Amino acid sequence: MNNGPSSDDVLKDLTTSEYKYGFTTDIDTDIIPKGLNEDVVRLISAKKQEPEWMLQFRLEAYRYWRQQPVPQWGHVKVDPIDYDNISFYAAPRKKAASGDVDPEILKTFDKLGIPLHERDMLLGRATGTELSAVETSSTMAVDAIVDSASQKTTYRDKLAELGIIFCSFGEAVREYPDLVRKYLGKVVPVRDNYYSALNSAVFSDGSFVYIPKGVRCPMELASYFRINSSGTGQFERTLIIADEEAYVSYLEGCTAPMRDENQLHAAVVEIYVHERAEVKYSTVQNWYPGDKQGKGGVYNLVTKRALCAGDFSKISWTQVETGSAITWKYPSCVLRGAGSQGEFYSVAVTNNYQEADTGTKMIHIGRNTRSRIISKGISAGHSQNSYRGMVKILPGADGVRNFTQCDSLLLSKTCGAHTFPIMDIQNPTAIVEHEATTSKINEDQLFYCQQRGIKEEDAVSLIVGGYAKEVVQKLPMEFAVEAQKLLSLSIENSVG
Amino acid sequence: MSSQQYLDLYQSQRTLIDKHAAPVLNAQREAAAEVLQRVGLSRPKDYTHVDPEALLAADYNINLARYAVPTDHNDLFTCAVPELSTSVHYLVNEQLVSHTREGADGVFSGSLREFALRYPDVAARYYNRLAMNEEPPYDVRSQGTNVTAHRPLGEAALNTLFCQDGFVLYVPDGVAVERPIQLISLLRAVEDFMACQRILIILGEGAKASVLVCDHASQLRDCTLLSLQVTEIFAGAYSTLDFYELEEHHADCRRLSSVYVEQQEGSNVAVGQYALTAGQTRNRVYIDLCGHDADTHLYGLCIADRNQQVDNITYIRHRAPKCQSNELFKYVLDEEACGSFVGRILVQEGADKTDAHQTDRNLILTPDCHIVARPELEIYADDVKCSHGATTGQLDQAALFYMRTRGIPESEARLLLMFAFMGDVIDGIRIEPLRDRLKHLVEKRFRGELDQCRTCAIKK
Repeated sequence: MNNGPSSDDVLKDLTTSEYKYGFTTDIDTDIIPKGLNEDVVRLISAKKQEPEWMLQFRLEAYRYWRQQPVPQWGHVKVDPIDYDNISFYAAPRKKAASGDVDPEILKTFDKLGIPLHERDMLLGRATGTELSAVETSSTMAVDAIVDSASQKTTYRDKLAELGIIFCSFGEAVREYPDLVRKYLGKVVPVRDNYYSALNSAVFSDGSFVYIPKGVRCPMELASYFRINSSGTGQFERTLIIADEEAYVSYLEGCTAPMRDENQLHAAVVEIYVHERAEVKYSTVQNWYPGDKQGKGGVYNLVTKRALCAGDFSKISWTQVETGSAITWKYPSCVLRGAGSQGEFYSVAVTNNYQEADTGTKMIHIGRNTRSRIISKGISAGHSQNSYRGMVKILPGADGVRNFTQCDSLLLSKTCGAHTFPIMDIQNPTAIVEHEATTSKINEDQLFYCQQRGIKEEDAVSLIVGGYAKEVVQKLPMEFAVEAQKLLSLSIENSVG
Repeated sequence: MSSQQYLDLYQSQRTLIDKHAAPVLNAQREAAAEVLQRVGLSRPKDYTHVDPEALLAADYNINLARYAVPTDHNDLFTCAVPELSTSVHYLVNEQLVSHTREGADGVFSGSLREFALRYPDVAARYYNRLAMNEEPPYDVRSQGTNVTAHRPLGEAALNTLFCQDGFVLYVPDGVAVERPIQLISLLRAVEDFMACQRILIILGEGAKASVLVCDHASQLRDCTLLSLQVTEIFAGAYSTLDFYELEEHHADCRRLSSVYVEQQEGSNVAVGQYALTAGQTRNRVYIDLCGHDADTHLYGLCIADRNQQVDNITYIRHRAPKCQSNELFKYVLDEEACGSFVGRILVQEGADKTDAHQTDRNLILTPDCHIVARPELEIYADDVKCSHGATTGQLDQAALFYMRTRGIPESEARLLLMFAFMGDVIDGIRIEPLRDRLKHLVEKRFRGELDQCRTCAIKK
């Protein structure tokens, strides 16, 4: 792809860059007092004007969460989280009468390169990067979420013409309660795990997508998450439903200001895929990773799962993980429909003192289901990067095929790269393959580049780019450009 | 907790236990009791099948008074590996029934008790040093679900608590023992019985030896036999050791085995674990590569059917630079058999130029089988080459078809393919006659002719 950033751009970025999304915006924000108890759960529900069943859902989750021990199995060191020191709801106040978005927020999103004006949809222009070659004509609908509340969802009307529902979760609960009630908690049950239970209790907003039968969504749908206020966490919930033979490509991006404290992000994403439908979910995760000494940064503890309920349905996860102090994330596929397919493509980059424990689960229930896992880890600095995955073949799943490849690249003497897969096989017709390698950058390649006058740092960036290409090229084009740039930024100063 | 009954037994029978052992062995008992009290016996964790806590809950007989088992070993069994001339030792229910040998070159092979009485300094230096080592996991982050890093301390402590004798091989610096040493271990009882088998192998600098352990059981009546084994191996600098264990038990046998290996610089060790017939078996192998340029080969083979369970848990730790490790495990599961493979390779910071490879391949033949594979890499050094691969599948349909078109019956074709599948594990054996023998045994096993080890004709 020759429309990526030129080497000059990379160089400039490499020499000057810090975490460039670390600014804060002064927005008039409605924050509830810190702490978590049943009253807080009720208060959040009341603030969102939710019906009784929603409150009961939250309360059940809260009561379950309170009894649960904190999971300890990740290869990460999570300092104990003081839930009494977090405010569980913070929403920018809307300008009362007009219902319009605060201009400050618009400015913030402009600065982040996320266009909330529908006319500015050309991503190239909006990000201010030189992407003249991209000249993309595709458009993208965005749901912008600051702290706990969705600010604006673009292109709603145009999508509504096709019967597509794309709105904030809060609106969906009010306007489409039947749909929400039918699917909420079906893929990630309340009692799934500690953090998903926490999310179910206090989630504030997120995106809701419904693609009706036979509709192919004409544009990329995107949600953009931003933590702004200090002392808060973000607990968003995304629910995507693709009805029979529908198709949607969904993107997710996120950033947070630089703060000394660790902020908590515990999200849940549920995807329900009906017969012959297909969902493609792409993430570029760039939460604040903490400073060079490992101070601050976001704890990214999320649960993402898709259920391929219908026959011949398909789900594809693509993720580029560069941010967060701690990442604990396993986008999973439950392949229940016969002939359904799950894919997972991941690049996880850790630098300085970041820790990532990420991977996937492929649960094969249906006959002739197929899954493919490509995971690329890159660790630098003092970071720890782990792949943790599970492939489970249940007794009734005849003719299953799985292929897994996990590669790890080590860029420093002090970092760690680990692979912890589980293959649990209960059917004799399954073919399951797993292979993994761990090594440092090939010295011959590095030498070759340097010999041709490419500086070491650039050469590393080039080689890493090539290494990650298999995954990055699965991203929608606009994202791929960003992701590639992010990769070179993340490994900055990590050579040696 | 099932450990309590053993602690009570120990408290009430201390004098008896000590009387039939040696001071070096007795010196470890108090610490072992403390550990057992504190950590208890292990439970199956994270997708392993065998449950030591449950297995040890039964009321087994233990031969603390060292009543002699009335045997004449010539009468009892001959384990013939043709063309392989070995120095044979016999263990019947953990008791050595053959004579200790001490050569002019200083090689000592035989009773652990005698060794501990005659050379208390040497014995004290090595005995129990690896088995009861309570080193915490290398990185605190891996504390969570690290099955492999948590040593089965409870089981090792239990073995130490009741260990009165065992087998020892001591090879001094620079001595090469040319003849392989074969240790035939037989479980033989008329009621539920537990044997605490203990093996200690010490190789001096530049020493060379090969050891073959054959585990057999003869079931005289309907009873459960449990073999609780601890093997400690110290491979000195530039030494070479082959250590192979062949398990031919029967369905009512339980085996909890832990093998600990410590390798110094330039040493070369091959460990093989071959489970041909097992009841419930859990093998754990810990290999510490402590000196640079050490080389280790770990092979495992498992053929299980009926409701047999075989867990293999391995942990190879690269502590020093320029070491190599090569691990290969293969399973064939039939009927309702369950198997687990958990293998971790740890490369510590500074262990540069490590070359570590691990492979696990499994064949499962029926819908009632269950296999779990967990090949794991944990790496803290950057200049390394590490890889692992795991596959589970069936026999190649195209190959089957090819053979059938050439007139080979399907059953025969399947056998041929399964046999070929096991080929490279067996090829790793460095003693040629043994390699041939094992090929023969594996073939017989696949043909169902190896219900009991007929070649090692157990006459009674």
